[in-house]
Order: sequence, then C-alpha cells, then structure tokens
Amino acid sequence: MNAADTGFVLISAMLVMLMVPALALFYGGLVASRNVLSTTMHSFVLLGVGALLWPLIGYTLAFGPDIHGLIGGLENIMLAGVGKEPLNGGSIPALAFMAFQCMFAALTPALISGAYAERMHFQAMLVFSTLWLLVVYCPMAHWVWGGGWLMQMGALDFAGGAVVHMSSGSAALAAAIVLGKRSTLGRRAGLPHNIPMTVLGAGLLWFGWFGFNAGSALAANGLAANALVTTHLSAGCAILGWLAVERWHTGHFTVLGAASGAVAGLVVITPAAGFVEPWAAVVMGLLGGAVCYGGIFLKRVFNYDDALDVVGIHGVGGVLGALLTGVFACAAVNGVDGLLYGNPHQLWVQFVSVIATLGYCFPVSLLLLKLTDRLFGLRVPLEKEVTGLDISEHSESGYQI
Amino acid sequence: MKVETSMKKVQVILRLETVERVKEALSSIGIGGATLMEVRGFGRQRGHTEIYRSQRMEVDFRSKMMLEIVMEEEKVDDAIKIILENARTGSVGDGKIFVLPVDNVIRIRTGESGKAAL
Repeated sequence: MNAADTGFVLISAMLVMLMVPALALFYGGLVASRNVLSTTMHSFVLLGVGALLWPLIGYTLAFGPDIHGLIGGLENIMLAGVGKEPLNGGSIPALAFMAFQCMFAALTPALISGAYAERMHFQAMLVFSTLWLLVVYCPMAHWVWGGGWLMQMGALDFAGGAVVHMSSGSAALAAAIVLGKRSTLGRRAGLPHNIPMTVLGAGLLWFGWFGFNAGSALAANGLAANALVTTHLSAGCAILGWLAVERWHTGHFTVLGAASGAVAGLVVITPAAGFVEPWAAVVMGLLGGAVCYGGIFLKRVFNYDDALDVVGIHGVGGVLGALLTGVFACAAVNGVDGLLYGNPHQLWVQFVSVIATLGYCFPVSLLLLKLTDRLFGLRVPLEKEVTGLDISEHSESGYQI
Repeated sequence: MKVETSMKKVQVILRLETVERVKEALSSIGIGGATLMEVRGFGRQRGHTEIYRSQRMEVDFRSKMMLEIVMEEEKVDDAIKIILENARTGSVGDGKIFVLPVDNVIRIRTGESGKAAL
C-alpha cells in the first residue's frame, strides 16, 4: 500500500466526478433554454444510476475474474472482496480503484445524452442508460482494462478512448438514428442558449480530465505526470487546430469552436496519454481539433440529428486517438512502441480494437434503444417537444424571466 | 366616452445606443412619461449571420428599442425635431417615427381623463 498513490487516485476519482456536472454545463448551454434542465438532468442523474449499479454489479462485470476474455465473473458482486486492501498486489485499496471506475461509469452514458438531447422521454432515458451501462459499458471496460480479449491482444487504451469515447460515440449515432430529428433543427428556436455556460463546462471538463487521464496511471508517479502533460498540451493545441480550420472554412473564430476544440483534444489524447511523449500530444491535439471539426459534418452528409455532436467529437476523436496511439506510442514512456518507432503491428492492433469497439457498441446500442422504445417509447410527442422538456418532463423552468 | 382629438402617440423605433440621449432630450421639453420596449424588426438595415459549429444562421430581425410617448398635439413638432437631432447617426438603421391619433387617456389611480391624465 502506498499513501501517495492512494491519495492521488482518490483525488482523481473526485476530479472525474466533477466531469459529470461539467458535462451538464457543456451540454446545457448548447440546447435551447426550454430544455436546459432536461439536458442537465441527463448527466446529473447518472451519478445516481452509477452509484447504484456500479457497486451492485457493474464493477464485477467489468473487473471481476475474467471469463473467456469476454466478461468479468460475479465474484465481486455487491463489492464482495473489494475492501481496504489492495487488489493483486497493487499499491492502492481496491475501494479506491472501484470509486475511480465508478465515476467513469457515470460519465460515459452521460456523454451519449448530447445525441438525444431535446426530445427523449426521461423515463426511457433512465431505462436505456441502465441497460447500456450493463450490456455495453461493462463488457467494454472488461475487454480493455479488466483482462479481456482486447487487453490480451495488446490494444492500448490508457484512459478510455475505446471504453468511454468510441462506445458513447457509437451509442450516440444509434440514438440519433432511432430518435429522428428535432423539430427545431436548423431554426432559430434550436440554437444554443448560453455559450458562456458551455465554455465554463468545457473548462471544468478539462480540469476533471486531469484526474481522468493522469489518474489512470493509478499511481502518483512519472507516468501520471506524463499523462497530465500530454492531456494539457493536446487540449490546448486542439483549440488552435479547430480554430485554424474554422477560420479557413467560415472566416471566423468562434468561442464555441474553441470550447469544442478543447474537448476534441481531450478525447483524442485519452487513449494515448500514458503512451506518447509530450511532443506527440501537440501533434495529436492540432490534428484532433482539425479532424473533429470535419467530424461535425458527418451528420449533415448522412442526414441524422446528433444534436450536440457526440459522434463528431467523441466518436471521431475516439477513433483518431486510438489509431494515433498506435502511431506515436513510445517504449520510453510506457514500454510499447508504435508505428513511428518501428512497430507497425501496434497500429494494426489499434485498428482491430476500433473495429471491434464500433462493431459491438453500435449494433447493441441500436438494439437496446429499439427495445426501450418498444417498452416505454423513446420520443416525446411534438407538442411536448415544442413546449420544452423542462416543463413537459420535469415540471420546472430553468429561468424565470 | 368623450373623444379628445388633440393628443397624439409618437412611436419611435430607435437604435439601442441612442435611447438614453433621446429620453433626456425629451425630458428637457417637458415630456414626463414614456414607455420603452425591446423589439425586433427588419427594414433597410441588413441582418447578420451567426455561426454555431459551422452551422450558419441568418438573423433577419435586428434588435431595436421602441419608445412610445403620448403627448399634446402642440408638442409633437418639437418632439420630432428633438428625436431627429438625437437619434440620427446618418447610417441605415437609425429607425422611424410614427405619429398616431389618440382618442383618450385615463390615469388609473385617479380616474382623470384627457390631457389632465398625461
């Protein structure tokens, strides 16, 4: 047991927890004022769902003893055997690791909510998020981090490019397709109502992401420092990457563009944070900002309404990050080389992990959405959508003006 | 009800930045009450474009202020002169003045009507 490691991971868990309300602000500012509470709730309530499901069964499905590389066994159900003592000779209490992962489990389904914002029934959202957490997130976490087949194959995902971002991006695409377009799409009534709120949210996400990425080192050591530095450099440079392409394309530097670029940079560096050197994070950030700017056009090309660009930023950024990890990984950082250091095989492994993640998460999310739709109805009627979900679903207004 | 024909409503569409100046100038000729509204409209001044994640949105209705003043007919010419002096920048978008007849005015507190209620 190591006190510094334990303290660092506990604080990192708190930082990741902060990302949930940060996401609520980020998304909340991007919707119309009549949906600000509904969108806030889509993130905030998942702290509750995660707090219930993760200790109950989620943790053991993800990190219980491996069963054929596919899922964790039920030995740690209701936190059996997860206590103050370290697991497998580690340096932190099993409970600290469980708490850290519990925050990830709350945040990841919340990311999806950007796709179904402004038109989904709250009750259906709760049911879908619960099912998704158990059927999609837990297996993904097991495959990549819990000793599952992707981990055995050597796929690199330091803090959740596949588990968190590609998975939520895939589910977001499924949700946008199943739910259909918002009635306000392309009209003034559908514009963001509070960009400063969104920028504040992006800033707090950035802050929390230090816990997310550096904390994934699970120790207060040089690797954590490397992850914190790469995280910061990528986020900052992605602002510049996004703004440069935006200036070229529209002639303007928007503030929403700067905030979106920062989040894109954070997504792209997530799988790589503990595998690449700082200079590579600069390149990944610049590229990430530019590529995710392109990512937001996917919804127009393929004609679906991913309301707050979860596919364009988390999906595209997640894929890009996973692949670039296979390019820039450097053995001097964490023992694995990528393409650039003479190991093209790693890029292939990363490619397989991308295909496997999308190939599992998208169809299964689609099925879960269809199932929830059959049972509870996903979409609110037009009249309630026009009134706004704050009043029609929650009987409250965000603002009294 | 008795119809007073010697009162007018002057309805002025103004730029946001000229409102204070116009109001002060009107006070100086003894106009003691007005109603201010935030309005949006379009005219010769073109709208602007907003961009959210590359999605362009044409904003055709521009924000303006509307000042409504009911006054005695004799004051209308002076009021218009003062508004023109204080609201004009010379660029498209300075606004418009409408003058309308008013049948009657009643002060709710006392029930007074006509010019006494102004």
